[in-house]
Amino acid sequence: MAKVLVVTSGKGGVGKTTSTAALGAALAQSGQSVVVVDFDVGLRNLDLVMGAERRVVFDLINVVQGVAKLPQALIRDKRLENLWLLPASQTRDKDALTDEGVGRVIAELKSRFDWILCDSPAGIERGATLAMRYADEAVIVTNPEVSSVRDSDRIIGMLDSKTVRAERGERVEKHVLITRYDPARAARGEMLNIDDILEILATPLLGIIPESQDVLKASNVGTPVTLNNAESAPARAYIDASRRLMGEEVAMVVPAERKGFMNRLLGRRAA
Amino acid sequence: MDVRADPTRQLVRLRGRSYVAFVFSPVVPIVEWLAEIDATLARSPGYFVGKPIVLDLSAVDLSSSAIAHLVGSLSERNIRVLGIEGVEEERLAANMPPLLTGGRACVITRSEPTKAEPEPKPKPTSLLLENPVRSGQSIVFMEGDVTVLGSVGSGAEIVAGGSIHIYGTLRGRAMAGVNGNSAARIYCQKIEAELLAIDGYYQTAEEIDVALRNRPAQAWLEGDTMKITPLN
Repeated sequence: MAKVLVVTSGKGGVGKTTSTAALGAALAQSGQSVVVVDFDVGLRNLDLVMGAERRVVFDLINVVQGVAKLPQALIRDKRLENLWLLPASQTRDKDALTDEGVGRVIAELKSRFDWILCDSPAGIERGATLAMRYADEAVIVTNPEVSSVRDSDRIIGMLDSKTVRAERGERVEKHVLITRYDPARAARGEMLNIDDILEILATPLLGIIPESQDVLKASNVGTPVTLNNAESAPARAYIDASRRLMGEEVAMVVPAERKGFMNRLLGRRAA
Repeated sequence: MDVRADPTRQLVRLRGRSYVAFVFSPVVPIVEWLAEIDATLARSPGYFVGKPIVLDLSAVDLSSSAIAHLVGSLSERNIRVLGIEGVEEERLAANMPPLLTGGRACVITRSEPTKAEPEPKPKPTSLLLENPVRSGQSIVFMEGDVTVLGSVGSGAEIVAGGSIHIYGTLRGRAMAGVNGNSAARIYCQKIEAELLAIDGYYQTAEEIDVALRNRPAQAWLEGDTMKITPLN
């Protein structure tokens, strides 16, 4: 049974695209057939993070408008044969997406893939509502900062009212993914802690991705972080999150502050 | 022989019939009162046609010519005055409607065709929300109390005609008693509100005592001031 999952957030720049690519790759690595769809029309970034920017010929809008057929627009990943990308267009108007058109494309994708991951644009505009419209599940990406958490709260409210499932009286299953979590800063009280975020959002936690240089490195070479260095802390957190999406019980790892020997020594001396 | 037939005396037959007459009681200034009549006529032009009208002048003190003018301006509006009451007879000229006395007040009821309408269900007087109220959502319930089992997020608002009960954290805005119910109260399990208002009196987050934060609290109106105290 195909699942449509939207990766969304209220605030921009929290790591939706990185998370879509990482989760998509992790799901594909475990044998599922996955397509990641870039709904951020007008800005288009998922192809860069997936390292497929030079292979884009047709895009989502072409398919929605019927100019191209779906197989013409789908790009297969070079590293994983069951991972596909449906890119967005930078040149088109962001209003070119239509409700029926998106519904048709999603229905067609559902017959081909196990997972359809929709990378939503930020905010509450039409693009974001269209990306979440046909979702069965949602991953709400949030940073440990108040503005991001409050906007996520608003997005959760929209998932409960503006999706096809909500209109039919069903539920969209929701998960919170906390990214850019810095344990040292959280310990110093410079960031919201996990409990506060979950208390505000009242939504189950999918995973905590630690702040790491590995994420930036991976996206700059155009590889999902889970493929670039599967042993890094963020990659392991994303792989755990993808296993939770598939229904496995995986213990939650809260990133802890790693103190080197020298650090500890210096810390003691300072105290 | 003279035959004389005595004229048979005709009996005057008196028949009683009662009408409900509209009583017009003009007040000064007469011009404004006439304007009100005009407004009524504008809404339903045929309202006074064919109905007996009595002019009650006890509330005003008008001279004979003023009465004549008033009757004239009413007849211009196609309102024919049947009689006048509440004024001395000498002020009425011969061509004016006669003086009436002994009128009894009655209630005018409009008889409307009775339709067998199904009894409207009584409106619920309270609203229960089982899910958290998210940022950007606005719950408006003018009919009574609102109870929220979850939290009210920052940027969300609840507007209630009655009291507001929140069994989670109140981070957003709560406005109780908005249609003038100063007895309404706001209760919450944890107060971190952006704004509390009861019947138009409000306090913003800055004005709420820091010592109250994160505790169960209630807010109510005492005269013109809003009181917020911890619960228990």
